[in-house]
Amino acid sequence: MAKTIDSTAVRQPITKDGGFAIKDCALAAIATGRRAQNLKELRDELEWTDAACIYYHFWANLLRPTFDDPRFNNGFANWVFQALHNQALAERLSVIDPMEFDDPDDLRRELVEVIEEELDRSELLPWTSREQQFHFIRSQIVVFDTRKVIHDPRELRNAVTAMTASSVFYHFVDARRRTPNSVDDFSTWLTDLHDEKYRPLCTRLAGIDPFFTTLVELRQELTEVFDEYVGG
Amino acid sequence: MANLLQEYANVAGEDVVDHLRQLAAPLEGMKVVHVNSTRVGGGVAEILAKLVPLKQELGIDVTWEVIAGEADFYATTKAFHNGLQGNRVDIAKDRLRDFESTNERNAEELRSTLEAADMVFVHDPQPAPLLGLVPERRGKWIWRCHIDVSRPHRPVWRYLRNFVAGYDASIFSLAAFAQNLPHVQYLIPPSIDPLSDKNAPLPDAALRAIYEEFGIDPDRELMLQVSRFDRFKDPVGVIEAYRLAKKFSPGLQLVLAGGAATDDPEGAAVLEETKSAAGDDPDVHILLLPPDAHRTINALQRVADIVLQKSTREGFGLTVAEAMWKGKPVIGGDTGGIRLQIVNDHTGFLVSTPEGAALRIRYLLHHRDRLAEMGEEARSYVRENFLLTRHLREYLTVMVALANRAEDRIEL
Repeated sequence: MAKTIDSTAVRQPITKDGGFAIKDCALAAIATGRRAQNLKELRDELEWTDAACIYYHFWANLLRPTFDDPRFNNGFANWVFQALHNQALAERLSVIDPMEFDDPDDLRRELVEVIEEELDRSELLPWTSREQQFHFIRSQIVVFDTRKVIHDPRELRNAVTAMTASSVFYHFVDARRRTPNSVDDFSTWLTDLHDEKYRPLCTRLAGIDPFFTTLVELRQELTEVFDEYVGG
Repeated sequence: MANLLQEYANVAGEDVVDHLRQLAAPLEGMKVVHVNSTRVGGGVAEILAKLVPLKQELGIDVTWEVIAGEADFYATTKAFHNGLQGNRVDIAKDRLRDFESTNERNAEELRSTLEAADMVFVHDPQPAPLLGLVPERRGKWIWRCHIDVSRPHRPVWRYLRNFVAGYDASIFSLAAFAQNLPHVQYLIPPSIDPLSDKNAPLPDAALRAIYEEFGIDPDRELMLQVSRFDRFKDPVGVIEAYRLAKKFSPGLQLVLAGGAATDDPEGAAVLEETKSAAGDDPDVHILLLPPDAHRTINALQRVADIVLQKSTREGFGLTVAEAMWKGKPVIGGDTGGIRLQIVNDHTGFLVSTPEGAALRIRYLLHHRDRLAEMGEEARSYVRENFLLTRHLREYLTVMVALANRAEDRIEL
């Protein structure tokens, strides 16, 4: 018989004794059945779509196969460029930083506002073909414990090297929507150690942009940073 | 097969298999049943033949059941298949009655297994009515649709929807295929099996033999398209692209390889059109291969310089991922699942016309370094996204999600 799965609220990866628990995750993509074929439809759908849907189109493409243009870092901007051929709007949507918004509804409002400005400016409403419709997808994230815990920041380098890409996603990307200051889990842990010597490392981590890279490249960059600041 | 997981770890990476083990841990001992309509032949059976033993090795109590039917039943389900893919089909009422009674007989046969299962995956339309025929079921039932249902013939979909709507969830390959259904619709793209005859590494001798067998000159450039002779695959457009590119690369050769179109009334006509378009060009090789010519296809994909999949409409087009896995950039039609596999300018090129295809062929043949780089990118993209291990991971994720409440975040 299957074990009962205990689904609970979000847990941070810091253990009771101050260790860093390495977690991993997997993502399920869910079709909402909602689609957009022009900018107005995109705006209308965004008004009420699920927050998990906005999350998916901003972040989850790092974990899922996509055909996104790497020049634009979220699904909305990509579609506006690829299907509606509106580069200016794609650029404006690309600079929206989801980490600046604690509340997903604020992020939604920002998206809607940028699109509305464009609608106000436009004389024509460009459409795309049925084949190029925007499909609203939402995600479900399953988080599990790898049962690996580290207690010393000097272990970070090797721990990150051994992480799966999805584990890197969980600790460095997903963390930003579940930690109070929208920072990665490593920084949260290092800050909790209350040791000034880790401050430059936290500053360095804050400077890594997870948007324009693959998770494998991100893992490499983190490995190098930990190597430089806390050794291995 | 002993230690199948280890074999996949050797190809996909130890971390990938470790991830599967952890994800499967909470599912250990769960009774899972897959039901489809054939044990051999076709993509679904091919996938199940690997997914089932892998899940077993992960500690899940999985069985694979196959429903049985007479010739009329399969004729009806073939008509469903065509209708779901958009063809206009008329199915007589007595055929529908036979479809339902065949499912009733199968429900009797499988009742105890299905009632005891914690999770039942029903594949495609053939066994879809089983759900309503097992009222004492206790597990979650998931309908897995492998077909492109983006533009179904509405009367066929309306009929089948009655059987499908009651499931706890369904799974489609692409968001474009999702339908208006009253339950959660997961998205899981298909995958290739890196250990199968179609994709496993081949010895050099097998590659050399392929040149001899089909009269291909190993010293000249070769472009290849593997697909049925179907207008949607645009074989004539491929020949046009080849001709346009050959003006600049006179040594260029083309292979169009496809299976015999036994169940496709248009197949023979399209094959003739293709032969006619090729004319007497000795550098165009049109190969009609038997359905089990997996190693031949594998070898052709490996010896080709460039692979095309110039479809004008495509459900998913796994031949793209197969070629990319062999380190080939692919020039593909800008449609359907091909868009998910080809990252334009990275793993290949998306094109809309024979002229566009010719341009990209010329580009790649004149930038050999770029061709090699894109081939590397293509292989790595498939390793990360389109191997069977990813497919299994997503199945496990869906199972874990369904075993929980339908929350956006599930912490185990």
